[in-house]
Amino acid sequence: MSTFQLNVNGKTQTIEADADTPLLWVLRDHIDLVGTKFGCGIGQCGACTVHVDGVAQRSCLLVASQLQGTEITTIEGLSENGTHPVQVAWKDVDVPQCGYCQAGQIMTASAFLETNSNPSQKEIRNAMQGNICRCASYNSIEKAVKVAADKTS
Amino acid sequence: MKNSKNIQFSRRSFLKASSLAGGGLLIGFNLFTACKSEVKAPIDLSKLNFNDFNAFIKISDEGKVTIFSPNPEIGQGVKTSMPMLIAEELDVAWSDVYVAQGDLDRVNYTRQVAGGSQSIRFGWEPLRQTGATARQMLVNAAAARWGVDPSECTVKEGVISNANGDKLGYGDVVNEASLMEVPEDVKLKDPKDFTIIGQEISNVDIDKIVTGKPLFGLDYKREGMLYVSVLRPPAFGQILESFDDSNARSVNGVKDVIRFGEKVAVLATSTWAAMKGKKALTANWKQDSPAESTEMHDEKLLGLLNGNSFETLRKDGDVKKAFSEADEVLERTYESPFLPHNCMEPMNFFANVTADKVELVGPIQTPAGTARRIAKMLERDESEVSLEMTRMGGGFGRRLYGDFAMEAAEVSNLAKSPVQVVFSREDDMTDGIYRPAIKYRIAASIKDGELTGYHLKEASVNSNMYGLIPNFFPAGAVSNYQVDAANYKSNITTGAWRAPYTNFLASAEQSFFDELAERMGVDRIQLHLDLLQKVKGTTDERIQYDPERLEGVMKLAIEKSNWGKVSEDVYQGFAVYYCHNTHVAEVADIVLENGFPVVKKVTCAVDCGIVVNPLGAQNQVVGGVIDGIGHSMYGELTFKDGKPQSDNFGSYQLIRINQTPQVDVHFVESDIAPTGLGEPTLPPVGGAVANAIYKATGKRLYKQPYMNNLDLKEVIG
Repeated sequence: MSTFQLNVNGKTQTIEADADTPLLWVLRDHIDLVGTKFGCGIGQCGACTVHVDGVAQRSCLLVASQLQGTEITTIEGLSENGTHPVQVAWKDVDVPQCGYCQAGQIMTASAFLETNSNPSQKEIRNAMQGNICRCASYNSIEKAVKVAADKTS
Repeated sequence: MKNSKNIQFSRRSFLKASSLAGGGLLIGFNLFTACKSEVKAPIDLSKLNFNDFNAFIKISDEGKVTIFSPNPEIGQGVKTSMPMLIAEELDVAWSDVYVAQGDLDRVNYTRQVAGGSQSIRFGWEPLRQTGATARQMLVNAAAARWGVDPSECTVKEGVISNANGDKLGYGDVVNEASLMEVPEDVKLKDPKDFTIIGQEISNVDIDKIVTGKPLFGLDYKREGMLYVSVLRPPAFGQILESFDDSNARSVNGVKDVIRFGEKVAVLATSTWAAMKGKKALTANWKQDSPAESTEMHDEKLLGLLNGNSFETLRKDGDVKKAFSEADEVLERTYESPFLPHNCMEPMNFFANVTADKVELVGPIQTPAGTARRIAKMLERDESEVSLEMTRMGGGFGRRLYGDFAMEAAEVSNLAKSPVQVVFSREDDMTDGIYRPAIKYRIAASIKDGELTGYHLKEASVNSNMYGLIPNFFPAGAVSNYQVDAANYKSNITTGAWRAPYTNFLASAEQSFFDELAERMGVDRIQLHLDLLQKVKGTTDERIQYDPERLEGVMKLAIEKSNWGKVSEDVYQGFAVYYCHNTHVAEVADIVLENGFPVVKKVTCAVDCGIVVNPLGAQNQVVGGVIDGIGHSMYGELTFKDGKPQSDNFGSYQLIRINQTPQVDVHFVESDIAPTGLGEPTLPPVGGAVANAIYKATGKRLYKQPYMNNLDLKEVIG
């Protein structure tokens, strides 16, 4: 067991966990931020996507104890009360069906729009292809990313 | 002919209302035996407490309304659309409504099942009656206070008015209303007066979903709860001989290791510790029953198709005679693989088994049946078992089976601790209850340019098509018609997967009709229309589909897709199908990019009767179409030595956004009672895509996943 500090959503958290614990499980089990979802554990589905220093990363593949000194943002910290343009677009378009993958989708989309504020359809599809939606809400995801881009650019 | 608008609801057995301790009206419709349909459920859910139904409303003194949604929410949208039915007749503003998930309630709710696309169909009448009854009681209370006749009162958005211009809110009269006699006969609204039904209403959980609030089974926590990871037999047919847990027990956070049946549970203070503990276990397994393989399944199923061990499910006329007299017989064999469900939220459940109660919490499509089975397993009285339903990260049929909840209950009982069993993705994919591999052989006879005979044979693993399917199209349209079924019993667990049986049968039959029309030298659409003409006015009560409604969706899809009028580089494929009480026609548009067929667009025409929530309905239709394309193109679970050959998304392909066409949805305008949408748009799309690929490439596809047949790396993009 080791002790380390993480900066999550602007707050310093002292974590006691095995040094090899993935960030996903530190978030979910140790600090009760369950918005970040477990889908595959091997970085293939994107349900666990968070931002590390503003970059979308798969939290199931990141060793938490090696993230000291970084700024971690989860879906809970993306905005106050769900007001980030991507979250608003997700509501406007009514994207979710079961909803399980959507936090990861939103985290991927919000990091992507920071790097490309006016993406083409093809760029949106390329950026979002690492995130699986088993309900296949892909048409709506594509539309919502475009809506968010149009609002912010 | 059965028509889905003709579900008969007998009079309710009783209705009750009571004052709430904290103020407000609680009204519950107990509709035990009250809403039995004359049409059986399309899949055998008879063991799942299927037939009955009811719902609850709570009204606060402030006039706010809580509506409990009785049925499990798996992403099909009923947590939004079922309360809409109540709110419509209650006459309240949707913005004043808070929707809560009802827990398992054996007394007041029945048919708390998500399955078979039946929630809205069965809920349509009773939920509206619930709302209308509560509305009438509130009106009666206001009228009594004013000393006027209730018929002189009107209601708008929870405010009651009389002819003198006096106004009272629901909250003002709720306590008096709760003491009123319950009216026996309430009038339901004419569909033209609907103000909520037919409106685009957002998912009621949308705010929680986009901000990551706890909602799902895996998000549930309890003080002192231990996380459980389970070591399972690596191959079907294997049993546990021995295991060594010394390394597992030394993992930080691991509290206990317990064998139960052929499995070993590792209990720990975190999910990661439980998973690490499981990895540290070593075990010896023994093959106890045959180690099966995909090659073996292929051989067995083809053997069944070639053999004589069929059960005949429907027989009209004399197929044999028609075939012997035919000018030509077309016979084709269609093949499909096992499919895992792959819900995004892996299977999980919470259980706390103590001396005086059994608490269960988690994602389950069949709460009542699961609680009953757990009571039986633990030899407890059912009244001691409670079950709280969480939102589900997908169901697709997998969560009809409570195996994961039973595991949690068994482990909690042995460990004397609250536990949450968590499947890893590998557990979820390799210890599944799969869509079985199925092969169909379809033969048709042509005589003097007419279709004279149709013979469908099914060879499946473990179980065969349910009894309604032989009465789907083209039953009734061909005078010599026969459906036969045979199965091979396997030790690989199989079960319902979104649109059971039809999820592949529709593709097979709709591909067959495409080839048949070509062989007959007739227009593919006209062949269908001509056959439907023969079913109109039929007196055959067994026929499930409505030929007029099938014709309606065909015409709508043809019009909206510009069928036959698209540019030369677009290749269109058509399919039409009825299942789950809903009629659907689809046109797939394919273009060739660098010689590869790419699905660009699917036009989907749907007749599900009245569309309750166009926003949710659109999501279901689009999702079903893309899911159907994904699985018919890529989905496949193979077996070797009893072991599934894929265990995670690195070795199993699900469709992704860059492979997804745009889906253009059109609903038939209707005032007929609504039917479900969770399943019926999925089955035909494989056929539409296969038929379009044939037009584009000249290659007929007989075996799913189509990608393997095409020998292409990228088809959809």
